[in-house]
Order: sequence, then C-alpha cells, then structure tokens
Amino acid sequence: MRTFDYVRARTAEEATAAWAATPGARYLGGGTNLVDLMKLGVERPEALVDVSRLPLDTVEELPDGSLRVGATVRNSDLAAHPLVVEGWPALSRALLSGASGQLRNAATTGGNLLQRTRCPYFQDLSKPCNKREPGSGCGAREGVHRDHAVLGHSPHCVATHPSDMAVALAALDARVELRGTDGGRELAAEAFHRLPGDRPELDTELRPGELVTAVVLPAATRGLPSAYRKVRDRASYAFALASAAVVLSVADGVVAHVGIALGGVAHRPWRARRAEEALTGAAPTRAAFEHALELELSAAEPLRDNGYKVPLARSLTVDVLTRLAARHSG
Amino acid sequence: MGPASRTTLTVNGREHTLTVDNRRVLLDLLREDLDLIGAKKGCDHGQCGACTVLVDGRRVNSCLLLAVTLDGSEVTTVEGLAGPDGEPHPLQRAFLERDAFQCGYCTPGQLCSAVGALAEAAAGHPSAVTGPGVRAGDPVPLGASEIRERMSGNLCRCGAYPRIVEAVEDVIP
Ligand SMILES: Cc1cc2nc3c(=O)[nH]c(=O)nc-3n(C[C@H](O)[C@H](O)[C@H](O)COP(=O)(O)OP(=O)(O)OC[C@H]3O[C@@H](n4cnc5c(N)ncnc54)[C@H](O)[C@@H]3O)c2cc1C
Ligand code: SF4
Ligand code: FES
Ligand code: FES
Repeated sequence: MRTFDYVRARTAEEATAAWAATPGARYLGGGTNLVDLMKLGVERPEALVDVSRLPLDTVEELPDGSLRVGATVRNSDLAAHPLVVEGWPALSRALLSGASGQLRNAATTGGNLLQRTRCPYFQDLSKPCNKREPGSGCGAREGVHRDHAVLGHSPHCVATHPSDMAVALAALDARVELRGTDGGRELAAEAFHRLPGDRPELDTELRPGELVTAVVLPAATRGLPSAYRKVRDRASYAFALASAAVVLSVADGVVAHVGIALGGVAHRPWRARRAEEALTGAAPTRAAFEHALELELSAAEPLRDNGYKVPLARSLTVDVLTRLAARHSG
Repeated sequence: MGPASRTTLTVNGREHTLTVDNRRVLLDLLREDLDLIGAKKGCDHGQCGACTVLVDGRRVNSCLLLAVTLDGSEVTTVEGLAGPDGEPHPLQRAFLERDAFQCGYCTPGQLCSAVGALAEAAAGHPSAVTGPGVRAGDPVPLGASEIRERMSGNLCRCGAYPRIVEAVEDVIP
C-alpha cells in the first residue's frame, strides 16, 4: 500500500477544509471498501481525511415526520433503529441483506452510498477497465460479465452498483444531503448515482470534495408497506445478482403510491418509473404487476452471459409486489 | 516506515501507546507489534471473518480497520475472552464440548464473532431472518437459523458449521 497522511476531522467544516487543503485527499468512513481497494492498489490516496468520528452519528426525527440519518451512522445501527424498522422497513431489510454483521458494524451511511463496483476487472490492476483507468477499455463487456448490468449500460462500462442500501433509498424517495467548501445542497437519492455513459469513472453526481452529511427519509413514505428482496449465489454474505425494493400503498382498491427500485442490474439503483406509471391507479393484481415489469424491462439489453437477470428481476419484483398487495387485502 | 501517527489502544485491558504507520491495519498491529496471534489472517479483504475482534464491544474485521483510526478504543481479542482467573469464556467451553472446530484456523474469529452476535441480538438488533413477530428494539430470540445468518460473516474451510451453530445455541441465555 502506498503511504499517505492521516487527518482526523472533528466537524464537517473541518473535513471539507482539510480536503481542500490536501492534494490527493480522500474521505475515510468505516474503511471497509476504501482500505480494501487501497490494499489492491486500485485506490491510491495521498491523504485520508477520517470522517468516521464526525458528530453525524445520530438519527433524528424532524418535525414533519421525516428522519435525518447522519452520514456516520453505522449500517448495523441504522438497520436496527426502531423508527426505521417500523417506518421504512425496506431500508432495514436492505441493510441486513448486505455484507456481514462485522462489516455492517463498521460501514457508514455515507461510505455505503459511495462504495465502488465489485466488477473483478475494476479490482485487478493487470486488466483493462475504463472506470479505474479511463480509456483503457472495458474488460467485462466481452469477458466475464455474468454479474454485470442489463439496463442503462454503455459501450464504456457495464458495471453494477453493489449497494443494497442505495436501492431501498431510491425506492423510498430518500434525499442525500451534501456539503462542499462553498455550502450545502441536496440530491434525490434516485439522482445521486449515475449511468456510465462515456464517463464511467464517475459513479455519482458528487462534486470533488463534497461530503455526504446525511440521508433524509421522507415523511411521505413513512409507514407505507415496503419490502426488499435480494437474490444471490449463496444464502447470505454475497452481493445481489438482482434485488428489488418496493413501497406500495393501496386505497379504494387501486394503487395509490408505488415506488420500485431494482438492484444488481445497472450502474445505479434502477428506479422503475415506467412500471410505476403503469401501476398507479390500477388494481393491484398479479397480472398488472407482470405487465408493468414487462414494460420496464423491455428496455433491458442483456450481455452475452447475463440474460438470466431479466426474468429474475421480473419475477422477484412481481413477487414482492404481490406479497405487499396481499397485506392490503388481508 | 511511512507517515505515522501516535495512537493509544487498550487491548485486552492493557493500554498501549504506539507510533503507528498510517497504513497498519489493526490485525497486523495485534499480530506483529503486540504478539497477539489469536486473530488470524485469512483473506485480508473482509471476506472470511478469521480476523474478527471486538472494538468497543462490537465485532469487526480487523484486517480492514486502520489502527490510527482507533485511537482511544478498547480492543478485545480471543486472548482476552477468558475470565481474570483464566476460566474459559462459556462460548470457548461450548466450542470444546461440541468439538466445533477441526483445524482451528477460523475459531478465534468465530468466537469473537459469536460474542458480538449474542450482544447484538440482546440489544435488539434484527437480522435478515428475524420475523415480523419481534417488536423493533426488543431482544431477538435466537435459534439455529438466526445463528447461521448472524454468523455468515465467518467462513470455516473445514465445514464445522453444524457444530459451531450447536455450540452457540448452548450459550443462548
Ligand atoms: C466481503 C464484503 C461483502 C460485502 N457485501 C455487501 C453486500 O452484500 N451488499 C452491500 O450493499 N455492500 C456489501 N459490502 C460493501 C459494504 O457495504 C461497504 O464496504 C460499506 O458500506 C462501505 O462503507 P464504509 O463506511 O466502510 O466506507 P469507506 O470504505 O470508508 O468509504 C467508501 C467510499 O466512500 C467515501 N466516503 C466515505 N464516507 C463519505 C462521506 N461522508 N462523504 C463522502 N464520501 C465518503 C470514501 O472516500 C470512499 O470512496 C461488502 C463488503 C465486503 C468487504
Ligand atoms: S464494467 Fe466498468 S468497472 Fe468493469 S471492467 Fe468494464 S469499465 Fe471497468
Ligand atoms: S482476514 Fe479479515 S475478513 Fe478475512
Ligand atoms: S475449523 Fe478449520 S477453518 Fe474452521
């Protein structure tokens, strides 16, 4: 591992100032992704600004009923928080389906959002990868890509975003609070991650030096039935081949609100807007769910070896929708 | 040595103040600087759990934690699980009685992980298999499937899983 300077920030202002004052600096959360990639030589920061002990470690209920989750709240504490378990269950479930108990104890909300892809070419310095080294080519497109994207990919990159948490945040209409050296701003969780296009080295819309300070779960989705389901190669401790976070409310026999985000299929959590449009106002039947997913996934462009993800994403999402709908009738 | 930072850690009740290379992970500090070789290096990438120790009472992978980030923390390794009189921890006894290991390489990590997992369940942390019947925040009752899920971050190359689950079940309060 290459050498680096280490600074521990005490406040968010101190962190952004330290970043600006230190060329080649990176923020450090729980380190479960960054340190891993530094060992592999994929990340080579000249300095780490440790933000893991910033006073952003609380979950705070706001007057309008929304919930502000600080960026340094650990994944295990967020998943166990009673207001999250009761108000936004898909988020708790998504977190608990990811990584291991040990990793969740260290991983932070901000770091989870910004974890890098698990594409094996990205992690291997001897292989071409446009995300790691722009212009070097994409090893996965014609290589081993069984785990890769079927939606929204580009000739430059076919990677998926690995976070389970981010998929739930997209479906639940969460917002991400950011702070740069020149002030704060907010992004919809859905718009936080990007598609690769011709800039696959950029995973998110974060500007250089911007710090994630919090994630806000909105009052509008609080208490609505929601769920997360993930399919993977083993029963636990593996990344998603495909997953779905769904929030569904039914009133007077028709769908009043639906949010669907798919994981493991694209460079960002894939908000299924076409399916949502088709379902809003419709009767929550299995046939309607199947039709909606069919519509959404008609945009899929599977690669040579990952065509299985299309029917998988469809059937698992239809299953989650059907179960949530049954709760309304039952 | 590269840039270093002064770091104080309490390990198994003993305080150490060290000048630590910023690159040093806790696992290497324990094994190479403090001669505590209980925690094992399996994958060095968070994928196997052999390096699991407790930091401020919570189980973590010591291979991915930079030591300099832990200034002021309390670390417990497998060497620190026994009572002050040397009496083995109930989990250590259960592992012996159930023959819950073969080569033993994963065992220190399994033990520290199980101690952490039991504390998490008692503190009301749900797992991916916790049913809707458990009220949020209440202690989670543990059975074999809960233990399997909660221990999934600890791989055992020898496949001693059935016995490990039984050993942990033996100490459920
Ligand atoms: C074996 C293994 C299995 C895993 N399985 C899963 C899984 O199934 N599902 C899943 O979702 N995840 C999984 N993970 C990934 C894990 O969830 C992430 O490593 C973790 O969430 C990252 O959080 P962190 O705080 O440790 O981030 P760090 O490693 O500290 O940082 C990650 C990135 O975020 C940046 N960063 C950190 N905090 C901030 C901030 N506040 N503002 C701006 N930038 C910031 C860092 O600069 C870095 O680029 C797995 C990891 C491992 C090692
Ligand atoms: S899919 Fe993306 S991350 Fe993977 S090799 Fe291609 S460019 Fe790199
Ligand atoms: S050595 Fe740390 S998880 Fe494998
Ligand atoms: S006993 Fe050999 S690895 Fe578990």
